Amino acid sequence: MDTVYYLIQNMLPVAMPLLLVALGGMFSEIGGIVNIALEGIMLFGAFFATLFVYFVQDLGLSPQTVLLLGMLIAAAAGLIYSLLLSFAAVTMKADQVITGTSLNMLIPAVILLVSKMFFMSDGITTNMNFYIKEFPVLGKIPILGKMFFQRTYLTVFISLVFLIIAIIIFYKTKFGLRLRACGEHPQAADSVGINVTKMRYLGTSLSGIFGGIGGFFYCVGVMDGNVNGHTGVAGFGFLALAVMIFGQWKPIKIFFASLFFAFLRTLAYSVSLIPFLYNLGINQNYYKMMPYLATMIVLAFTSKKSRAPKAEGVPYDKAQR
Amino acid sequence: MGENNQVVKNKFNLKRITHSKGFSSLTSALIAILLGLLFGLIVMIFAKPDSAWAGFKFIVLGGFKRIGDVFYFATPILMTGLSVGFAYKIGLFNIGASGQYTMGMFFALYVGFMFDLPGNSHWIVAVLAGMLGGMLWGFIPGFFKAFLNVNEVITSIMFNYIGMYLVDMWVQGSSVMYVATKTRTNYLPTDVQIPSLGIKGSNVNYGIVLAIAIGIILYIVLEKTTFGYELKATGYNKFASEYAGMKGKRNTIITMLIAGGLAGLGGAFAILAPSGIAGSSMTYEPINIIAPAGFNGIAVALLGNSHPIGTIFSSIFISHIQRGGTLASLVGFKPEIIDVVISVIIYFSAFAAIVSTAFGGIIKKFVGKKKIDDNSKHNINEDSLVEKSDNNIKGAE
Repeated sequence: MDTVYYLIQNMLPVAMPLLLVALGGMFSEIGGIVNIALEGIMLFGAFFATLFVYFVQDLGLSPQTVLLLGMLIAAAAGLIYSLLLSFAAVTMKADQVITGTSLNMLIPAVILLVSKMFFMSDGITTNMNFYIKEFPVLGKIPILGKMFFQRTYLTVFISLVFLIIAIIIFYKTKFGLRLRACGEHPQAADSVGINVTKMRYLGTSLSGIFGGIGGFFYCVGVMDGNVNGHTGVAGFGFLALAVMIFGQWKPIKIFFASLFFAFLRTLAYSVSLIPFLYNLGINQNYYKMMPYLATMIVLAFTSKKSRAPKAEGVPYDKAQR
Repeated sequence: MGENNQVVKNKFNLKRITHSKGFSSLTSALIAILLGLLFGLIVMIFAKPDSAWAGFKFIVLGGFKRIGDVFYFATPILMTGLSVGFAYKIGLFNIGASGQYTMGMFFALYVGFMFDLPGNSHWIVAVLAGMLGGMLWGFIPGFFKAFLNVNEVITSIMFNYIGMYLVDMWVQGSSVMYVATKTRTNYLPTDVQIPSLGIKGSNVNYGIVLAIAIGIILYIVLEKTTFGYELKATGYNKFASEYAGMKGKRNTIITMLIAGGLAGLGGAFAILAPSGIAGSSMTYEPINIIAPAGFNGIAVALLGNSHPIGTIFSSIFISHIQRGGTLASLVGFKPEIIDVVISVIIYFSAFAAIVSTAFGGIIKKFVGKKKIDDNSKHNINEDSLVEKSDNNIKGAE
């Protein structure tokens, strides 16, 4: 039973960045923009938020306040970075995959450059402790308390709030419906007076906000509040894309998909702590490959009837109406 | 009067040149490079105002002092660049060049250590094995794309990771290759080394000659053969080409096989090169990091407009400023500044074509206005029509 607690406690902080970033990717793609730059957006948000934490860590603020403020910074940073994608992909009608790739390449180099020149290391190291050992009352609940309210991070609960917000935007608002129309058939959307350019800008901006926050939450929940230019976010941006496809561009399915991936990854990194798996004597590298292999297997079976937005990746051209 | 005629003639020539496709991609690449370098300079001024100009001069000119090294480091990224560019011409984005490169490296490494072949045949077999390894890793995304409808971008990213973990595991698991105390493999036997070109103070070897030759062959295949035409047609319009009797699925897989093979060759060329600096080649260090050569290959291909010949030049250019970047550390800058410059160049090159068309349009208007006097109003309208249809064709590509 302790193993189960351990796995859940470690899985949730890993699942939440995936969830947020995949939701971000969803908002971008249902608007018709392929956002391969998620990895870069995550790192950009993470970088500025961590920089913020670095500068305020000695002021004596409570860690959870710093977390919330850092989250706002990460959101703003992600938004700004995503505008670079929107400008190229929507306004300049450039190839979305190329633009995204260049944005992914840019930010690790910038982080390495800045940290090597000003911090004498490969990244920014903070010593703020965001870890919550036990929630006051809630942690005392039998079983559930131990699963969800002990040894965790505030990020888990914030992310669930964001999931609810995403569901509401997606299903219950005029904006969500219009955004989806722009991803399915922008010409038709335009013909009924929806501003496709504006909608796509809003879609990628939302993905920037979610992606930036996701990046910071990755730093908090997986990297102990540090950011590093070499490892970056370890391919989480790309994994999030896979999670999004696995979740079929639907928020609730994305939630379960992210839990699935986080579970596999947590399992891979805690093999030595689980006697049963450890005794099997399988090379640990196989477990590390698991999330990626599982992605491929899942995609192989689900992609035939994939429900990708139809106009995804195609710059909107008014003349084709 | 005669002078006047001459001017008109020149204008016509100018127009013909500016209209040509090669010129527009060249100008757009140049615009992107200029903007990238400018951005780099700005970053450098912010980071270290005193030595910014000195560092910038190193970046732009430093490579000329080390021509041999420029070509040496251009070899692997030229191959991955050809790989990405080739797939891109057929409408596939091969972001998996890293994994294919790593696989090629491992296969070459394996032949180098495990086989005992006489004389020159050893390195040739090792290079071919590298190609085979790359092809294997290129086949998978092609198969997934053709038969299971999985986007090749996702597959290649996932197989970058899978390949990297597999190779690191295989290397660490082999007692012949791996030296645990050094956390890297042994040095390969010298007979598997690609012969050096013999330029003093540099590791440049026959790899670059082969790579350039492969680039030229690729150009001929793509532009001058039915096979290349078929592949490109599949990329332009899957349905039309299938209607014309071409096998779309087969072509997708063949494309990825070739692209993978090219990247695999890059890996083989890199690992089998003579190593002047200890650890730069002939040995592999499993550190669980995705090979950056694949991503640099994307940069090279995009800057070269995915054209094989353009890719040859862009790989040399990128290697040139990378050498300059290492030299810039003499005045206190870090080589990462080059990655910043390169990614900015790619960002702009993604829409520089549009910028350069707009720029060309402005020039044309300017030139056109001078002779607007008599009957050329009609001409201009025609011109803009031509331009529009040009754009449409470009869009379709």
